[in-house]
Amino acid sequence: MPDIIEDQLVDARDLMCPMPVMAANRAMRRLQPNQILKVLATDRGSLSDIPAWADANGDELLSSSEDGGVYVFYVRKASEE
Amino acid sequence: MTHVSEDDVRRIVREEIERAFRRDPAARTAAIIASKGTLDWAYPPLILANAAAAVGMDVSVFFTFYGLNIIHRDADRKLKIDPVGNPAMPMPVPIPDIVSALPGMVPMATAMMRSKFAKKNVATVGELLRSAQEAEVRLVACQMTVDVFGYTAGDFIDGVEFGGAAAFMAGARKAHVTLFI
Repeated sequence: MPDIIEDQLVDARDLMCPMPVMAANRAMRRLQPNQILKVLATDRGSLSDIPAWADANGDELLSSSEDGGVYVFYVRKASEE
Repeated sequence: MTHVSEDDVRRIVREEIERAFRRDPAARTAAIIASKGTLDWAYPPLILANAAAAVGMDVSVFFTFYGLNIIHRDADRKLKIDPVGNPAMPMPVPIPDIVSALPGMVPMATAMMRSKFAKKNVATVGELLRSAQEAEVRLVACQMTVDVFGYTAGDFIDGVEFGGAAAFMAGARKAHVTLFI
């Protein structure tokens, strides 16, 4: 998979539900359409929460992976309708 | 004349229905009632309100009866947990109610729960409230119970609105998600 370059990084490691999603959401609101947000989280609920959050807002989950107990998500903000 | 197959018609209908659903404001509205005033029960309405806001919903939480404790300025002191009659509460050793009822057990159980949550890095009630307000969740205090309990507007955190049951219902009837907690 080619490397994805994010426009903004949210480090939500050690935060528990619902705070990783809240932190990601706060950052996403400041991004422009089509920009990419990278989210780091350790809360296992993030595995379902971040994809659901992205989908509900029409944003695109580009990738999700795990690296030494840290979940890494890349989400592309929806383009303007 | 171009030919439209049955499959095309089905696809068009399906797309139109999906589009209508996306436009339905009720699908993006949540109305939550917070009626309980203990430390443990302060969490569910606030967590769900935050999550609803994150997934793009317009959210209001109606705090009524003991739920008013959650938005009180002294919430830190008011929100406690009582092990009596709460067999689900995890305790290091099983403690019979007659012992739980002794003086000092409520502060002890409250401190235990706070430290357990802090150790796991769960947000505090205050942090969840701030996060909710930042996400434009409306916090509404039930005017009737405010009056019955002898509170005044100044007893509550900044940004709290005041309203009645009919106002809640008027909003809730236009919300697909309504929760009583």
